[in-house]
Amino acid sequence: MSDLYDLYQEMILDHSKKPRNRGSVEDATNQAHGHNPLCGDKIRVTVVLEGGVVKDLRFEGDGCAISTASASLMTESVKGRSREEVDRIFSTFHALVTGQKPDVPAEELGKLAVFSGVSEFPMRVKCATLSWHTLQAALDDASDPVSTE
Amino acid sequence: MSTGVRKEFDVSAIRAEFPALSRSVYGKPLVYLDNAATSQKPRCVIDAITRYYEEINSNVHRGVHKLSQDATHAYEGARETMQRFINARSPKEVIWVRGTTEAVNLVAQTYGRSHVGAGDAVVITAMEHHSNIVPWQMLCEEKGAELRVAPMNEAGELDLEGYQALLTDEVKIVAAPHVSNALGTVNPVQRMIALAHERGIPVLLDGAQAAPHLEVDVQDLDCDFYTVSGHKMFGPTGIGVLYGKEALLDGMPPWHGGGDMIRSVTFEKTEYNDLPHKFEAGTPNIADAIGLAVAADYMTKLGLDRIAKWEHELLAYGTELLSGLEGLKIIGTAAEKASVISFLIDGIHPHDAGTVLDREGIAIRVGHHCAQPVMDFYGIPATSRASMAFYNTREDLDALAAGIVKVQELFG
Ligand SMILES: Cc1ncc(COP(=O)(O)O)c(C=O)c1O
Repeated sequence: MSDLYDLYQEMILDHSKKPRNRGSVEDATNQAHGHNPLCGDKIRVTVVLEGGVVKDLRFEGDGCAISTASASLMTESVKGRSREEVDRIFSTFHALVTGQKPDVPAEELGKLAVFSGVSEFPMRVKCATLSWHTLQAALDDASDPVSTE
Repeated sequence: MSTGVRKEFDVSAIRAEFPALSRSVYGKPLVYLDNAATSQKPRCVIDAITRYYEEINSNVHRGVHKLSQDATHAYEGARETMQRFINARSPKEVIWVRGTTEAVNLVAQTYGRSHVGAGDAVVITAMEHHSNIVPWQMLCEEKGAELRVAPMNEAGELDLEGYQALLTDEVKIVAAPHVSNALGTVNPVQRMIALAHERGIPVLLDGAQAAPHLEVDVQDLDCDFYTVSGHKMFGPTGIGVLYGKEALLDGMPPWHGGGDMIRSVTFEKTEYNDLPHKFEAGTPNIADAIGLAVAADYMTKLGLDRIAKWEHELLAYGTELLSGLEGLKIIGTAAEKASVISFLIDGIHPHDAGTVLDREGIAIRVGHHCAQPVMDFYGIPATSRASMAFYNTREDLDALAAGIVKVQELFG
């Protein structure tokens, strides 16, 4: 069971049960839908982007514990960040959950480092990255929904 | 082979014939409850495939040499075994395909394209696997025809009156599952076929989930087409059977063109081969056809009636066990069911449940089971599904129930 506790760390369980920044922001400038066909999870991310900075964002939709916690922790970690910073955090996060060596020390990810256990569960990587792909689509203002497949 | 008629249905002796069942997963004994996705294979099937490659491997229907004759004999003998297994009238009615998906596509692309026109309709049901939706959708889109969906009730039972109401003059074919993979429902197919035949409409039955569990008699059913996936009935992957009534198959245009499906070819004109070869272009999957016949014989020796009886016991036991767990809801509660239990655990996503159970060595399926419209019907993204075969035991279900309690503890 030890791998399981690495995957479902306390903070992940907490965020999955009590997600932060759930719902949609009023006056959103950007938004996108995401879909993980494998587990049927759907998510929508709404963002207020001002001068290239994420002023506010929220997410809505139901998903598994990993995807819900990931969306919740993502909203906390990117608020106030520039587009470039968001991209850098995601690429570091992506490396972490896929078991590659991140370019920057994992500590710089802050709370997001709790997702390190995902790398032992390749089937769950898409759950952890769905919200991030959706956020990127929102920042690109893509009109087509993103899909993890 | 040690599978002669036994007095008792000796599950532990049967399990010993399936090598994969004795392996462990993450240090725990494997509890394999994902049989609706694919079944494990008995030693005799694995050996038959190996023996084919070691001893008689060669191409069929074209060699004068010994190996080719032996391979052709084994391959056509396998067809006759499958003919007996589903009780078709003639081996000409048994077409080798890769599985149910290919079988449905074959019928949609040949019978369908030559009989369904603009303004016509095709009837399917609310509990289809995607492979009995998409080929018909493609056909209807191409022809400007209508795809009608027969309704079901909350229990996952077909609404026969609703079905009957759809059977108007426009309908050119009905395609329905004998047994639903997502819910386990056994459909009242005899009644459905009779109602369609009253109006002269042919019926295709998707038998992917029926053949592993119940005796299939295509003459008794009087269905016009029937599909079997070998890998779900303890045979190899990549092989299956399309049954069709000879008169219908005879009247259908061929599908794939190539070698073996022809009698003579000039650049001006090709004469097609007789049934069943007309629908079997190219070098076939010889080894797996032979393996599938061995699987069918294995099931016949175990006894289809005894298989069904044991699986009913497992289904009843599992249903009672799981319904007794707090916060667990079974999806699909038809009166007539095969040994499939789809369920939801309160507040816990199936994907999380599946991951935790996996680490306990318990293999179940989580997701939409290639039946997204069924999930939409219940307004859920996914379910967890335990599906049993005759080699499963009450202990397997006990392990599942204990695993679910662990899932609830972790996420509680
Ligand atoms: C009811 C049903 N129909 C069709 C299929 C498709 O069968 P195959 O993938 O073997 O072609 C399946 C398999 O998942 C099934 O359960």
